[in-house]
Amino acid sequence: MMFGANALAETTPPAADTGTAQATEVPRKATVEELSFWYGHKQVLFAISMPIAEGCVTALIGPSGCGKSTFLRCFNRMHDLYPGNRYGGRIILEPEGIDIISSRTDPMVPRLRIGMVFQKPNPFPKSIYENVAAGLRIRGVRSRAVLDGQVEKSLRRAALWEEVKDRLHASAYTLSGGQQQRLCIARALAPEPELLLLDEPTSALDPIATAHIEELIDELSARYTILVVTHNMQQAARISRFTAFFHLGRVIEFGPTEQVFTRPRESMTQDYITGRFG
Amino acid sequence: MAEMLVIDTHQRIAKARRRDLLFAGLGLVVLFLATAVLLTLILDLVVTGAPHIDWDFLTNYPSRRASRAGILPAWVGTSLVMLVTAALAIPIGIAAGLYLEEYAPRSWVTDVIEINITNLAGVPSIIYGLLALGVFVYLFRLGETILVAGMVLALLVLPVIIVATREALRSIPQEVREAAFALGADKWQTVSMYLLPAARPGILTGIIAALARAIGETAPLITIGALTFIAFLPPSPITSEPPFLSFDWLWSPFTVLPIQMFNWTSRPQAAFHELAAAAGVVLLVMTLAMNGLAIYIRYRTRRLMR
Repeated sequence: MMFGANALAETTPPAADTGTAQATEVPRKATVEELSFWYGHKQVLFAISMPIAEGCVTALIGPSGCGKSTFLRCFNRMHDLYPGNRYGGRIILEPEGIDIISSRTDPMVPRLRIGMVFQKPNPFPKSIYENVAAGLRIRGVRSRAVLDGQVEKSLRRAALWEEVKDRLHASAYTLSGGQQQRLCIARALAPEPELLLLDEPTSALDPIATAHIEELIDELSARYTILVVTHNMQQAARISRFTAFFHLGRVIEFGPTEQVFTRPRESMTQDYITGRFG
Repeated sequence: MAEMLVIDTHQRIAKARRRDLLFAGLGLVVLFLATAVLLTLILDLVVTGAPHIDWDFLTNYPSRRASRAGILPAWVGTSLVMLVTAALAIPIGIAAGLYLEEYAPRSWVTDVIEINITNLAGVPSIIYGLLALGVFVYLFRLGETILVAGMVLALLVLPVIIVATREALRSIPQEVREAAFALGADKWQTVSMYLLPAARPGILTGIIAALARAIGETAPLITIGALTFIAFLPPSPITSEPPFLSFDWLWSPFTVLPIQMFNWTSRPQAAFHELAAAAGVVLLVMTLAMNGLAIYIRYRTRRLMR
């Protein structure tokens, strides 16, 4: 079965190899079509097209300022919070096929269905429990039993439960940086998102905390569709099934991670992953 | 050729230490001087006034004889006026600050409002008194009442609360807003669940500053026609018949502690000057009690915030 192979062909050379075919055969959670983005008059994304495979980790790599975070933040309309930003193209969210970035779509639609973890841990100035329960409270969940259950389940999935179960009502700021980031992951998981956006989730963490989070992403990939921005190519290679290489606001190469890292089609990708620039 | 940069480490450190020591010493002296002056003033007031404070002083009406004069209408008046001021200025100030900081679109209208509010904070209080006299007393015919006094003081301190609210909201990291919106919160949820609680300490500080300024104001209240000699109390806010609450006191003439003090200090007899000091102590205690309450609330809400 082919899911909009044309869209894919626009970013990758027409000489599609087995990798591209593989990417299109997995069912899709979303399809990015000709996505462009402007900060005021400055265009930072240029007609990006790629599929987001369901139930897989897709990694976005590239040098600083290449637009990968900007790209990620289009998915939950974070750019709407600031004046003067403009989107072009479409991001189709499956299964209904709604266009996330259409001005007719309320930004709350994607935000209620898509979770996000930011680069810097950003817990609310509230207790650990209230942080995880936040998304449910926002959705109007009142039942104590439901809240308790979902808070525990999310903290367990974020591999934080054992460390915090005795102090759920302590301030989130009493946690270490790595714990805070796992708390933010738990907070994003609690409302059961269909898609999880991770914006360099380990860049502010030490190697041990990073390893924790990477393991966690691996476990979560069994259950969630994950889109992760990372600076760290080894990390992308370790945790993702598909990889998109960004450069100056364009997707230079997209394909299964293994192929992108071992047999890149583009020389620029080759240069980046071997550390010749970036 | 690159020249080797040679630094005498010991000399460099010694210089840094001397400089720090000098500044710390200077700071200590200045701090001591300022505190000493303030303490002297307060101590003088307390020493002069405190012996006169007793039950009679708090429960008597003013009198021509210093030994029988009291401040009952004054402290009741001050309390009621502050109640009206707080009830008007706090919600309106917070709402205005919230709107300007979180809701208002960037436009020239917003800019004009902003410049006006900042300038209003610097307008002399007597100007507010004239405005209230013209608008509230003469135009709206609200009379020389507690309501008008509360309204004029609320106007006077509104900019302080608005500015404090905006500063408090602005100091909340943008990540908090992003986190809330990313979780699917709408604007009001973001504001009420995350921004206002985080801004509460800053807003409370602004409220303390505002009410402390209002409680000491004399000029605008004299301008609107507060009485300087009063021998009755406003109607009680609590009544014996349903609905048990009465707002008739809003329409009552009044006096306040600073006016009573002003009145007594302008008399020739020294005994009245001492009474003025005693009234000053009561005013100080009321201000401190108000601040204490705000600090307590701030402390309680701060426990979860780092």
